[in-house]
Amino acid sequence: MMHLLVLPILIPLVTAIAVLLSTRVPRLQRTWSLLGSVGLLAATIALLHGVWGHGIQHVQMGTWTAPFGITLVADLLSAVLLVVTGLMGVAVLLYAMGTIDAGRERSGFHALYHLLLMGVAGAFLAGDLFNLYVWFEVLLITSFVLLVLGTDRAQVRGSVTYVLVNLVASLCFLLAVGLLYGMAGTLNLADLAVRLPEVGAPGLVTAIAMLFLVAFGIKAAVFPLFFWLPAAYHTPPIAISALFAGLLTKVGVYALIRVFTLLFTQDVGYTHTILLVVASLTMVTGVLGAVAQADVRKILSFHIVSQIGYMVMGLALFTPLALLGAIFYIVHHIVVKTNLFLVGGVAERIVGHFDLGQMGGLYRSRPLLAVLFLVPALSLAGLPPLSGFWAKLIILQAGLEAEAYFAVGAALIAGILTLVSMTKIWSEAFWKPLPVEATGAPVSVRGLLVPVVLLAAVTIAIGLYAEPLAVLAERSAAELLDPSAYITAVLGADAPVAATQP
Amino acid sequence: MDTLLALLVGVLTAAGVYLLLQRSMLRMLFGVILLSNAVNLVVLVAGRTLRAAPPIVPEGLSAPEATMANPLPQALVLTAIVIGFGLVAFALVLLYRTYATFGTLDVDVLSEESEDGDAVGF
Repeated sequence: MMHLLVLPILIPLVTAIAVLLSTRVPRLQRTWSLLGSVGLLAATIALLHGVWGHGIQHVQMGTWTAPFGITLVADLLSAVLLVVTGLMGVAVLLYAMGTIDAGRERSGFHALYHLLLMGVAGAFLAGDLFNLYVWFEVLLITSFVLLVLGTDRAQVRGSVTYVLVNLVASLCFLLAVGLLYGMAGTLNLADLAVRLPEVGAPGLVTAIAMLFLVAFGIKAAVFPLFFWLPAAYHTPPIAISALFAGLLTKVGVYALIRVFTLLFTQDVGYTHTILLVVASLTMVTGVLGAVAQADVRKILSFHIVSQIGYMVMGLALFTPLALLGAIFYIVHHIVVKTNLFLVGGVAERIVGHFDLGQMGGLYRSRPLLAVLFLVPALSLAGLPPLSGFWAKLIILQAGLEAEAYFAVGAALIAGILTLVSMTKIWSEAFWKPLPVEATGAPVSVRGLLVPVVLLAAVTIAIGLYAEPLAVLAERSAAELLDPSAYITAVLGADAPVAATQP
Repeated sequence: MDTLLALLVGVLTAAGVYLLLQRSMLRMLFGVILLSNAVNLVVLVAGRTLRAAPPIVPEGLSAPEATMANPLPQALVLTAIVIGFGLVAFALVLLYRTYATFGTLDVDVLSEESEDGDAVGF
């Protein structure tokens, strides 16, 4: 089992090195890149299979036992997210093969791409807070470079905001880690879960929890810390945007789920109420921003913010059903959001614009593309029988059970407005006749549709046959709510088990 | 010792935040640098400062003879310094690029430059 835990980090690293070594031969570079991403997907599926069959897996680096050494842990949540990461790695790379220009490929696009995947995988596997910090930095610096790769003016401006805001967020994270270490004397997540209830200063623990909320909140782009995201995500080439949209914010959400189910559960009444308020405001403000925009990429960027709200709402309600919903939502959202960006990119390739005013006529000229847009768009808005319907239904049901009517109302409003803004893209880009008749030869986008069809198939499959994912999410939610299995897996059977959940 | 370091953290934070609130992005970056040093000091102090032997176990023994300093926060801070150094180096290059592209590092001028009128961002 041990090698399986290391592989999701090792495969992208080796691929990045191989790609860097073959910079002069573009064809070889692409072959390595594709092999690496397919390998990552295979390794993550094997890991999920192992975790499903044998329970939570862990490995201690350099045989230093926990809590002293570096621990990698994979529970079901990590494993599921890793599989989705692998899937996105393959799908976006297929799209990038056809769209990323030679200049970007020469400047190391493929290497950065795999290093980013390595950072994401590392963050999902990290078993202690300091390593989580290090993996965050790995994916941060690669995302910085991917964001500015190119000469676009808008790209430079967008990345300056992104870089400065994320630097401050990292400092916040490191500060919280330092203070937590000073208080508990350990940074291993499982060990912290045991020791934090014994610290005997619940106020201080809650204060640090809020510091973590700010740090991860900036990464996850929750209200009111999301302003950097729409400013940056629409600037790079669509393949890079799509990867960011799918994965980066979700790492922040994952970190929130991890610390607010494992560590900071002493004062749920306080911390999770704040989370619930934040989630409601995130849903509504994000989608209002989306309604106001007239650029496909900006609408989609604002939607990321709004959808993050649903996931945080699932975490904030803190019931088995709500966490099930949050996990289901994350998986559904990564697939759908990446797909929407890819479809938007294909549309731009045909019409030559991201501005809705200048787009049009796509339904008449490319009916297949129109259908492929409808699948993720309606899924994002939560229409049955697509994956988003189940995700939203579970979250709403959990909200009603917990009597969080304010949040449920916000979720419903956000759902309707999501549909409104999707209709806007539909009517402007697909139904309306093209304002200026296209000149030049029609563009062939057949190759680009492969990943789009793949992801749309995943969305429909989840929608029509939601049970496997729901069972998976249910079991990982149970794991999250009862951290004793996580603690015993990492620290060994003789470790003291933390106080039970309230 | 702890009081002195706490004061130093306070001064660094104050100066860092002051610089972050400036309009020039170079000054904002310097603010980030000061803040990151403050945070590094916090991590170091959080691991207790004491005058003790270096954390090395003498040959032939399995435990140190005297109270030894806590090596973990030092390892953490070393990692954090290296990471911070890389990030700052990258940010400097980015600011240089920004200056080369727009001819200014003033956030107000940069947001006016925005051609498509987006209100989001600096």
